[in-house]
Amino acid sequence: MIAEFGLAALWLAAALSVLQLALSAFGLTGGRDALMAPVRSVAVVQGALTMLAFAALIALFVRVDLSVALVAANDHSQKPLLYRFAGTWGNHEGSMLLWVAVLGLAGAAVALLERRLPERTLVATLGAQAFIAIGFFAFLLFASNPFARLDPAPAEGLGLNPLLQDPGLAFHPPTLYFGYVGLSVAFSFAVGALVTRDVGPVFARAMRPWVLGAWIFLTLGITAGSYWAYYELGWGGWWFWDPVENASLMPWLAATALLHSVTVLATRDGLRAWTIMLAVVAFSMSMVGTFLVRSGILTSVHAFAVDPTRGGFILALLAIYIGGALALFALRVGTVREGQRFDAVSREGALVANNLLLSAILGVVLIGTLYPLAVEGLTGGKLSVGPPYFNAAAGPLALILVAMMGAGPLVRWRRDDGVAVLKRMALPILIAVVAFAAVWLRAPGIGVLPLLGLTVAAGAAVASVAPLWKRKLWRTPLFTYGMVVAHLGIAVALAGMASEAAFTQETLVAARPGETHRVGPWALRFDGVEPIAGENWTAIEGTLTVRRGDDAGYVMRPQARAFSAPPTETSEAAIRTVLDGQLYVVLGKADEQGRWQLRLWWKPYVTLIWLGGGLVALGGLLSLVGRVLRERRSRLVEQYA
Amino acid sequence: MRAKHQRLTLAVLAIVAVVGAALLAMSALKDQAAYFYTPSDAVRDGVQPGRAVRLGGMVADRSIVRAADGVTIRFVVTDGAQTVPVRYTGIVPDLFKENSGVVAEGAFVPGGGFVATNILAKHDERYMPPQVAGEMHKSESIAPGKAGAT
Repeated sequence: MIAEFGLAALWLAAALSVLQLALSAFGLTGGRDALMAPVRSVAVVQGALTMLAFAALIALFVRVDLSVALVAANDHSQKPLLYRFAGTWGNHEGSMLLWVAVLGLAGAAVALLERRLPERTLVATLGAQAFIAIGFFAFLLFASNPFARLDPAPAEGLGLNPLLQDPGLAFHPPTLYFGYVGLSVAFSFAVGALVTRDVGPVFARAMRPWVLGAWIFLTLGITAGSYWAYYELGWGGWWFWDPVENASLMPWLAATALLHSVTVLATRDGLRAWTIMLAVVAFSMSMVGTFLVRSGILTSVHAFAVDPTRGGFILALLAIYIGGALALFALRVGTVREGQRFDAVSREGALVANNLLLSAILGVVLIGTLYPLAVEGLTGGKLSVGPPYFNAAAGPLALILVAMMGAGPLVRWRRDDGVAVLKRMALPILIAVVAFAAVWLRAPGIGVLPLLGLTVAAGAAVASVAPLWKRKLWRTPLFTYGMVVAHLGIAVALAGMASEAAFTQETLVAARPGETHRVGPWALRFDGVEPIAGENWTAIEGTLTVRRGDDAGYVMRPQARAFSAPPTETSEAAIRTVLDGQLYVVLGKADEQGRWQLRLWWKPYVTLIWLGGGLVALGGLLSLVGRVLRERRSRLVEQYA
Repeated sequence: MRAKHQRLTLAVLAIVAVVGAALLAMSALKDQAAYFYTPSDAVRDGVQPGRAVRLGGMVADRSIVRAADGVTIRFVVTDGAQTVPVRYTGIVPDLFKENSGVVAEGAFVPGGGFVATNILAKHDERYMPPQVAGEMHKSESIAPGKAGAT
């Protein structure tokens, strides 16, 4: 019954999204308010029904209803409750339903909360949102029905990929989807403003919190995904330039650019057409990401099934939405009046530089990600583009970008004097030079990129808190703190990346029980192995006593796990976090002489990478709260004035 | 900057940035894209030593030799027609075994051998990398019965 209920809710929601689009289209073209009046309510009900359908699928997974094909293929009665629950989106159909549920939720949230926009623009926005939803409802209902029955029902399900059986699954995909799909709101706002010829500061102020919200989720999702890959895969790396990782990075780059250009539009009424363009690009990148991951043309732990019809379907949706939005942009860009002007040396100029650099990095990542697909499509040759390309091409651009990030907030709006800016930058530049000299002297063999990375990170960290200099701290608005914290987070993360790349030490040994091996400042005594069992796995667990200097010693237990459903082996690294880094231990295999392979890493300050990511998201949150509070206050003032 | 031309200047700057990025990307791609080779490709084309590439094929029967240090192995990758000897130091994946598909990431060394920095073994069929899948089909047609069910 639950499956039929869910499917019915999905069909109903799809029908309502058609109604929502029709009402707003006919209402706007005919200028009939009666048609436009119910659009908000329709959007809310549509969102609620989609969430209901998703809740139904969760219920099926938690109860392990094996008469549903999707549950039988991915669930297992022996699986712990958390993974029966989170396993709902650990497969193609479920994750697409989550995508659509978030889309519905975002549309409903806009309908309920948005009070600043003129009614016509809001109706156009909700119409665009419905237009997106229709395509993805069609994709779900016709090409990936999550509620399809299986007759006869099997006695047991096939289970979930053990690599996904981790608390990270409960957090990482939903967060990322909130970010991806949240950008659809920015896209719809842009389309709505183009349709009603209403591009200006009011529109930008209305769009900004939505962009900020989506961007916060994207930041959190990427940070969490990076840490998950780091500890779960047991390869010691935190970013692999895997196409699926790039698929999440590209919307983030576009959203970061959008976040900054929308600020120019809201504060100074500049960069109008560019902001609209970025809003289209940002959501396009989300859809390209969805296409790359869901079409099956890439295969990894993220790509669940290879099905060319689905790939074709998503590709068609992609062409319709991006092509349609770009066509609308081309038709209407002439009606977007030019905004306020500014000097080359000004805050606006710095933000333009930020946007250009982010776009260039986005281009580099996009080309590197799509190039293997293009080559395979055109010549049939198979090749992979990996870290050597991305580090060489995107690394220098990113360093320039972070250096610019430090300088930007120290430049005045509209017009400034280059010499004065340099004076304000004196302390950060001095710190950067000192950091360069210190690293160069202490670690002469360090690579160029890590050396420059540490230098830029030191300067940018100081520069990013400089806007608070000589200000009354308690009167500084919350969103200024937000900017400071986010920029500081970028510098912190960069320091972690550079430190990990430059100073990581690795030892690979075959150890007999009782032997002691060293990595960095640590001595690790291998005490032996023993078998243990978990809820749905068995494992060989190694025991190591690790010491640094004369301290008391600490026990680490890396595991080699064997799962029964589906039969797979995974490696669970043991990680010890201390203030100045992480010790990372992986247990390998035994050889004929009874020796066990151990892979040991000492990664100084690697934790700064994710700490920085967290700070960036926190900065976004402070900005969001600050903006919303200020707006509420000014609305209250208006009411009582 | 003359006011009238500001929008044009911005547009030109944006185009320069994007074209610059594309050129940068293309030149880096020419040097850095790791091509996928089978032993036959490698023997026929002669890959430049030191260049990051992927080598794919089957681990030849009874070719895995473990070195005394316990962490270095040597094995032979074959596609039925040609063979390449490979050396790898590290922990091999669970599914790495003789007569089974493998993709080795690394570089050729002068003299024709291959030093791997990473080994990808055949995953279970739902998560198989496309290169391995393609390779398995080729190998099956060369050595039927040995390739295992995929």
